[in-house]
Amino acid sequence: MSADTSTTVGPGPDSRNPENEAVGVQAAVAPGLGAAPIVAAPVSGAQSDAVQFDPTLVGTTATKAERGGSRVPWRFIGGRVLFYAFTAFAAISINFFIPRMMKGDAVQAYMAQSRGLLQPSAEKALRIQFGLDNSTSLWQQYWHYWGMLLHGDLGISISSGMAPVSEVIGAALPWTLSLVGIATIISFVVGTIVGAVVGWRRGGRLDFLVPVTTFLGTVPYFWLGLIFIAVFASLLGWFPAGHAYELGVTPGFNLDFISEVISHAALPALTIVIASVGGWVLGMRNMMLTVLDEDYITVAQAKGMPDRRVLWRYAARNAVLPQIQSFALALGFIVGGTLVMEMVFSYPGIGLLLLNATNAKDYALMQGIFLVLVLAVLVANILADIAYAILDPRVRETEA
Amino acid sequence: MNAPAENTSTLVQPVGAGTPETASVLTAGLSTVKKKTFGSQLRASLAMFSNPKSATGLIIFGIFLLVAIFAPWIAPYDPTAQNLSATLQPPSFQHLLGTTHIGEDVFSQIVYGTRGVLVVGLIATIMATVMAIVVGVTAGYLRGWKSESLSALSNVFLVLPALPLMIIIASQFQDPPLILIAAVLGLTGWAWGARVLRAQTMSLRNRDFVQAARANGEPLHRIILVEMLPNLMAIIASSFVGTMTAAVLGLTTLAFIGVIPVSNLNWGTILFWAQQNNAFPDYWWWYVPAGLCIALLGVALALINFGIDEYVNPRLRSAGERARAMKKKGMDPNAAVTQVRPDLAAGAGVRSGRSKSERSTA
Repeated sequence: MSADTSTTVGPGPDSRNPENEAVGVQAAVAPGLGAAPIVAAPVSGAQSDAVQFDPTLVGTTATKAERGGSRVPWRFIGGRVLFYAFTAFAAISINFFIPRMMKGDAVQAYMAQSRGLLQPSAEKALRIQFGLDNSTSLWQQYWHYWGMLLHGDLGISISSGMAPVSEVIGAALPWTLSLVGIATIISFVVGTIVGAVVGWRRGGRLDFLVPVTTFLGTVPYFWLGLIFIAVFASLLGWFPAGHAYELGVTPGFNLDFISEVISHAALPALTIVIASVGGWVLGMRNMMLTVLDEDYITVAQAKGMPDRRVLWRYAARNAVLPQIQSFALALGFIVGGTLVMEMVFSYPGIGLLLLNATNAKDYALMQGIFLVLVLAVLVANILADIAYAILDPRVRETEA
Repeated sequence: MNAPAENTSTLVQPVGAGTPETASVLTAGLSTVKKKTFGSQLRASLAMFSNPKSATGLIIFGIFLLVAIFAPWIAPYDPTAQNLSATLQPPSFQHLLGTTHIGEDVFSQIVYGTRGVLVVGLIATIMATVMAIVVGVTAGYLRGWKSESLSALSNVFLVLPALPLMIIIASQFQDPPLILIAAVLGLTGWAWGARVLRAQTMSLRNRDFVQAARANGEPLHRIILVEMLPNLMAIIASSFVGTMTAAVLGLTTLAFIGVIPVSNLNWGTILFWAQQNNAFPDYWWWYVPAGLCIALLGVALALINFGIDEYVNPRLRSAGERARAMKKKGMDPNAAVTQVRPDLAAGAGVRSGRSKSERSTA
């Protein structure tokens, strides 16, 4: 959803253009570049005043201004850091308050689970251990929670034999990171490249990809996974049906184990790629259609620039910017879908862990997982920001 | 984004984002220009749906809606009625989509499941859309730190992974009521709409007609409700449809995991039982239809959104049409030079064929 709607609204890449290109384009781009800081000036205060009087931006059409090279966009970085810090803070607070606002009580759930094995008098000790001590105030609990977090202590997991949550998650995280990370990146890269080509050859035979990818994009991840298991694992027997490796194999850094892991990861990864690639194709195609109508494309072509160069260095490079922004924003959605994938494939990652924790009402583990997921998404957002800053040399202040 | 020149071929469609005034002129023709009747205004505000894609999507969605409303009359059996003499039957005339492990009729479950999906999906979407409008339009109209903090709030909700959050909240309850599930889906789904509405409101705020209204001394609620809201309708509709897609996917996923009570029958619940009872891969009639229904509903909603996208950004529609028209004349749509002199280029295009390097050096 996010990838296709993004193209309809929002600022869009007005007259964005690769700056370090040949002379003919500079005249076409310069107005957009020069005007931007002036328009922004009344709104954004002190920083833009400095920009406004910069002689390299006002009153010159040169886009290869000398000052550009090594300037650090402090305002951009500062804004993003503030945003990430706030998001992390909000997520941690949500994480703290949800179980305390709800009716469910982890301690009572645990007492009920181990009926007969625990004395009722143990409840008090458990409460203190879970950080759910009723005798202290909510504020004290909140501070205590932060203190534990900063020491890397996420509590103990009642469903994993009272092991520390951080250890339980640490064992599952590498599986998820490698599977979901690699599959998502492949999907984004393939989808963006295909989308650029489909947009370039608009009206051609490749347009059939649009309805196909739309359909695949609306199919729920978990159902596609189930169908793939039924067809490719059960009927055809090409891939193993689940788990990260066979039970008998001992993990180790040898060829057997690695090939085992790859063959087990292939089907879930394929499912993730197929289910998520449609959004990227569509988003990139729609952006390309908008960008290809820009004057600088016409100018570039009128100069006799090779099509390949116009496509990748001019059109695609501009069209990919909103794509990266929606990548950052869609990540939370993708992570959710891929977690369910793991449940379907019994893949020993975070998603399966979350399912087990949910079934066992293991609140500490659930909260820890949520926290880790939020942090992972934030890190991925930071990476997307860096990629954006590299691809868009102007790094002007964005919506976020 | 507006490009009037794009639109010469099809005058029926209005141009660019947020121009219902022009839309009414263009769609209603000359006869109704003089007086604005209720009918013409209704037609103008529905113009974003009057293209084949949106219409197809709306028809499919309408069918699902009818099925949901008339479920008791359509379903041949009680969806939970067990019939132990006919378990795991393949599709037949008696059971259109076969039966489950305890002889429940899958077709009836799908029909009633439509109701479960649409009720929760619509409630969640309405909640999320109202929240998106309130937060987004306010954030777009205000300036300074108030606007920034509302924007930051919606960005936080965008970045937080929604599904784990839903799982955690829903699993806090022994037997979460439907309205709570809808509220959770709505709470995790409003942020995208708020974000795009804020961007559009910010751009509208500085347009001439809003400035004029403000100079005339119109009160704030009138500026927002009468001047701005009609121009935001396309985006609101688009975010409504997008939120609905996410809510349906979220709901069926939660049901499939088993986080929400299985007594609430929806398509996800059917898949939950199918997986619990090892329906994969042999009993395809049990798990294929439910997934296809989710996908079909998703396609319908995506089609509606495509139509709105093309209404807002006419290039999306006209680009393909123009390219095809040029190809018919033997031209390459990517050769900008040929667009200037179509009469000459038509000959040149035929001569040089599809060799791109040749044309670009010419």
